[in-house]
Amino acid sequence: MDTILTRMGDGFTVELTQDQVRADVVGGSEDAARRGKIPPLEEGECEWLVDLFANPSRIVGVPRGHEVVLTKDGSVNSLCSGQLSSGLALPLSREQAIRVSERAFCFDTFEVGHPDYSFKAVKPIVALEQANTESLLLSTVLPLFYGAMPNFGLYARPDGPFPNPADLLPKGQIAEAREAQMEMAKACHDDILFMAGRMAEIGADGFDLDTVASAGDAEFLATLQAVEDIAQTTDLAIEVGMASERVLGFHGQVEYKGKRLAGMWPHQQVKVVEEAGAHIFGPVVNTNTGKSTPWNVARAVTFVKECSRVAEIPVHANVGMGVGGVPMFEVPPPDVVTRAGAAMVEIGRADGL
Amino acid sequence: MSLSQPLASGMGGVRTAGDLVARMQLRKMRLNEAKQYVADKLHVSVFDLSDSTVMRQLREELDVGVITAVPGCAKGIDAKARIAELLDIEINCVERLRAKTGIPVRA
Repeated sequence: MDTILTRMGDGFTVELTQDQVRADVVGGSEDAARRGKIPPLEEGECEWLVDLFANPSRIVGVPRGHEVVLTKDGSVNSLCSGQLSSGLALPLSREQAIRVSERAFCFDTFEVGHPDYSFKAVKPIVALEQANTESLLLSTVLPLFYGAMPNFGLYARPDGPFPNPADLLPKGQIAEAREAQMEMAKACHDDILFMAGRMAEIGADGFDLDTVASAGDAEFLATLQAVEDIAQTTDLAIEVGMASERVLGFHGQVEYKGKRLAGMWPHQQVKVVEEAGAHIFGPVVNTNTGKSTPWNVARAVTFVKECSRVAEIPVHANVGMGVGGVPMFEVPPPDVVTRAGAAMVEIGRADGL
Repeated sequence: MSLSQPLASGMGGVRTAGDLVARMQLRKMRLNEAKQYVADKLHVSVFDLSDSTVMRQLREELDVGVITAVPGCAKGIDAKARIAELLDIEINCVERLRAKTGIPVRA
C-alpha cells in the first residue's frame, strides 16, 4: 500500500496511509466544528486536503491567479534577531533587511519593528523607530507598517508597575487580580496609542498589533479600545493579529460593546475587531504537536473558513511557526508550510497570509 | 512567516501588482474586490496581476516602480506618488511630502 509522507505538529516526519490522512482531515475539521460550534468542512473540501497531502511534490502552492496578499509581523527579526525570534542574527541593519525583503523576497507589504518587539519597550526609543521608518518610507514602494505586540505581561511586576494577576489569582485575590488587569489595560492602551500617533506623524501606511490577547481578555479590550482611538484620530491602516485561537478569560468579565471577550473564537474575534475599526484581521489557530499536519491544517482551515465567511474586512490567516497548521518547530519545514498556506487560500478563503 | 510562503502563495509584491492590491486591502477591500479594482485601473485582467512577465513591462510603462534596478525609473516615494495617482488613492507619506514641500506631487 502506498503511503504518504507528511509531518506531525512538532515537525517530525510521519508516514500515513491515505485512509489515515483522510481520517485525520475529517477528525481535525470535526474538532474545530465541535469546539467553535461552526460547520465542519464539506466532503469535497476534505478530499481536496487529502489530495494536497498525497501530492508527492515538496513544495505546493496555489494555482496561478489565486495568489493572495502577504502581510508580515515580526518585521525582519527572523533575519536580524536571535534565536528568541527564530532569527539568523545576520549582520544586516533593519533598513537593509527590509529592502531585501521587498526586492528579493517579494513581499506585498512589510513591517518595521524592533527586536524588542513590544509597545512598552519601544516607547522610550520612539524617535529611533520613527527615523528608521521615515527613511524606509522614502526608499520603498510597498505598503509599510510599523508593528509591535501589546505584550500585556510587561505591565505587571516585576517588569512593570502593576500587581501581577498571576500572583494574585493563586491567593484567591480575584477582585484584586481583575483590578490589576484593568490598570494594565489602561497603560497598554496608552502606549499603543502613543506609538500609533508617532507613526502617523511620519506617514506610515499602517500599524500592526501582533499577538493580541496573549494574556487574555483584558489585553484584547486594551487593544480594541486602542484600535478605536487610532481609527478615529489617524489615517493608519490597522492590522490586528491574534495570539491564540481562543481568547483566554484571565479576567473573565471583560466586555466590548456588550460582548464578552473571554472564550471568543476567530469568527467571533473578527466581528469585534471590525467594530473597533481595524482594516485587516489575522486569525490564529494553534497547532497540536501530538496530531498530524493533515489534522492540524484541516482544523485550522475550518476555523478560518468560518472567519472569512462572516468577515467584512480582509482576513490574513497566520501561518507562522506553530499556527495555521504549521508545525511548532523553530525551522518550519517548507513541504507542510506551503501546504498550509495553499489550504488557507483555497479552502479557508483567506484574503491573505 | 517562512519565506516559502511568498513563493508558493504570495502575489509577488513589486515584482507583480501585489503591493497595489495590498494598498486596496488597506482600505478594507476583500481580495477579489481589491484585485478587480487594481485590474480595472491598470486595464489588465485579474489573472495578469500576478504575472511577473506582464507586470514587469507594465510597471515600467506606467513608471510605478519596477523590481530590478533600472536607472531613471521611479523609485521609492516617486513611485508611490505615481501609484497614488494611478489608483486614485491617498498614500500617507506622499501626502506628507506634499505638506512638507508645498509641491503638488502629482505625476
